[in-house]
Amino acid sequence: MIAEALLGGFASAPTASARVFRAALEAMARPGTIWTVEGAAPPAPLSIAAGALVLTLCDGTTPLHLGASLDTPVLRDWITFHTGAPLVAAKAAQFALGTWADLMPVTRFAVGLPDYPDRSATLIVEMPDLGPHGPRLTGPGIATEAHLTLPETAAFRANRALFPLGFDTYLTCGNRIAGLPRTTHVEAV
Amino acid sequence: MIANEPEKNERQIWMGLLARAAPERLQALLQDLPPHTLLRGPEVGAVMVRGRVGGTGVPFNLGEMTVTRCTVQLADGPAGHAHIQGRDKRHAVRAAVVDALMQTDRAYALRAGVLEPLAAHETATRALRAAKAAATKVEFFTLARGEDA
Amino acid sequence: MYVAVKGGERAIDAAHAWLAEERRGDTAVAELSVAQIREQLSLAVNRVMAEGSLYDPDLAALAIKQARGDLIEAIFLIRAYRTTLPRLGASRPVETADMAVIRRISATFKDLPGGQVLGPTFDYTHRLLDFKLAAEGEVPVAPTAPASLGQVPHVTAILGRDGLIQGEAAGDETPPDLTREPMELPASRPLRLQAITRGDEGFILSMAYSTQRGYGRTHAFVGELRIGAVAVEMDIPELGFAVQIGEVELTECETVNQFKGSKTEPPQFTRGYGLVFGQTERKAIAMSLVDRALRWKELGEDFTGAPAQDEEFVLKHADNIQATGFLEHIKLPHYVDFQAELELVRKLRAEAGATRDAAE
Repeated sequence: MIAEALLGGFASAPTASARVFRAALEAMARPGTIWTVEGAAPPAPLSIAAGALVLTLCDGTTPLHLGASLDTPVLRDWITFHTGAPLVAAKAAQFALGTWADLMPVTRFAVGLPDYPDRSATLIVEMPDLGPHGPRLTGPGIATEAHLTLPETAAFRANRALFPLGFDTYLTCGNRIAGLPRTTHVEAV
Repeated sequence: MIANEPEKNERQIWMGLLARAAPERLQALLQDLPPHTLLRGPEVGAVMVRGRVGGTGVPFNLGEMTVTRCTVQLADGPAGHAHIQGRDKRHAVRAAVVDALMQTDRAYALRAGVLEPLAAHETATRALRAAKAAATKVEFFTLARGEDA
Repeated sequence: MYVAVKGGERAIDAAHAWLAEERRGDTAVAELSVAQIREQLSLAVNRVMAEGSLYDPDLAALAIKQARGDLIEAIFLIRAYRTTLPRLGASRPVETADMAVIRRISATFKDLPGGQVLGPTFDYTHRLLDFKLAAEGEVPVAPTAPASLGQVPHVTAILGRDGLIQGEAAGDETPPDLTREPMELPASRPLRLQAITRGDEGFILSMAYSTQRGYGRTHAFVGELRIGAVAVEMDIPELGFAVQIGEVELTECETVNQFKGSKTEPPQFTRGYGLVFGQTERKAIAMSLVDRALRWKELGEDFTGAPAQDEEFVLKHADNIQATGFLEHIKLPHYVDFQAELELVRKLRAEAGATRDAAE
């Protein structure tokens, strides 16, 4: 295992992961809001935010798909050492990590079963930019409407149409995260 | 005495020995730890212990055991890992430090001062249990019957 | 239906305080230490580990102390604690053939390689109360004899060499885990074994006994019963190889059962399997009988309607924590449900009375 991969985990996992989990929860509950997280120092090019989400949400029982642009030996080792998550193909993934280009076509990811809609993938999408502007978001957790930079709208509209099935998405950039659950209506503006 | 598991590499043998050792025994053999940083843990968790159906068939989940893991790095030195049974965090740190030290030029001294005594104690404990079991082994004898006389 | 009711806090606090006092008992009597429970009530500790499904003798002993010796309550405490632990991984399947046996007996072969090793068993005690134990005293040292530390072969392996017993299908698939996913029926054999090994000893014992009395009879012999320590080995990704992370004591039972044979297969014995944490011999034997009874379908036997053959009946009722939770919840406030029923009965009685009055 590459020595660098042993570094950059949470200094105090219980408190750090609780804080990141709270941010992740808020982000998913209030689509369009942007939260900052800290504590992770993953190898480049993974962002702090995506690294913190992986450390918090993944473990040995959550198969993870690593996008091609992130699939480096040191990052593989970092994820394995700090989370134990098995690295798998898109179809078998509970979590997927990559740029939007990496993850396309997103129809490859699990959307759950009618009996168990929760058996679906959560995408963690690395964004070049993340801000409260762009497509309009409406739906649960949004008082009137919100705006968020999204890589596109068509894929999220198609995903919304599958409800109660569908994947959920985190968008990450630097140390910031936003959530886009399957329940959110997305419209280009 | 330590190298009686031919299919295992040296590091596997000492890591297993450290994991099985009683915390107080390891501590008595190695009081002071050199400077080190904690890279992961010490963290208490569970490992699912598996058995095989019929002893030889497909795996099944038997139940969990408590395990504490730790990864340390010596100042200017190699990293050491430990996964030890139970919930003793200090034991996990100590085992990880020994694993790291065994990759340095202190290995020879540690082998004599820590690993050999641990192995000797373990061997003696196992031998005593085996000897007590052997004393309960049944020695059947058949009574001679009249017609065979 | 449940309705939150306030006002019990003071009473609950007082109940907890009294519980703690009762747990301690007469303070003129020395307090039990966790180590004393671990060392001197070790079979209770083993049962709590087996059914709590967590191997940690110190924790099990603590749970027994906290539960005042109520083993199901202690198992509950262990089950609750284990849910707080992160899962660090899964071990490689333990090799029971490499067990350092302290007990190993066979009911099918008198003279077998490795011999009959009785170990620390109750079997040949006279079950007469030993009043010497009421007084404290020294225990004589157990005798020793020269031992060979080699592998002790399984009896089923010996039978298997001549093809006299069915082999087990080999494989290394990841087994289903009922602590992570809801149990789905029909269950695979690995899932059944997981449910039985953590199931209630009394329930599994009764199910096994019912097969012996004719409710799903399987004509079982104990081919082998062995108790001893096995190493637990786990693959460590950061190392790239497996290391031993500790040792657990297990009880393993393999039964040899009757099989009729078929047009395609010559007659062969079949197997039942039990493997349980700790020295838990009664449970392991019972487990192997229940495992064998549940295999009726794959072995082409008839379903006779016996409870021990009914997978849903066995697996859904084996867990004493689930059972306790559902059973004991009926003592909790059901004031609204009961008020509704009371109203209904009063109304029906009033209506019945009115009808009677009208008829008269």
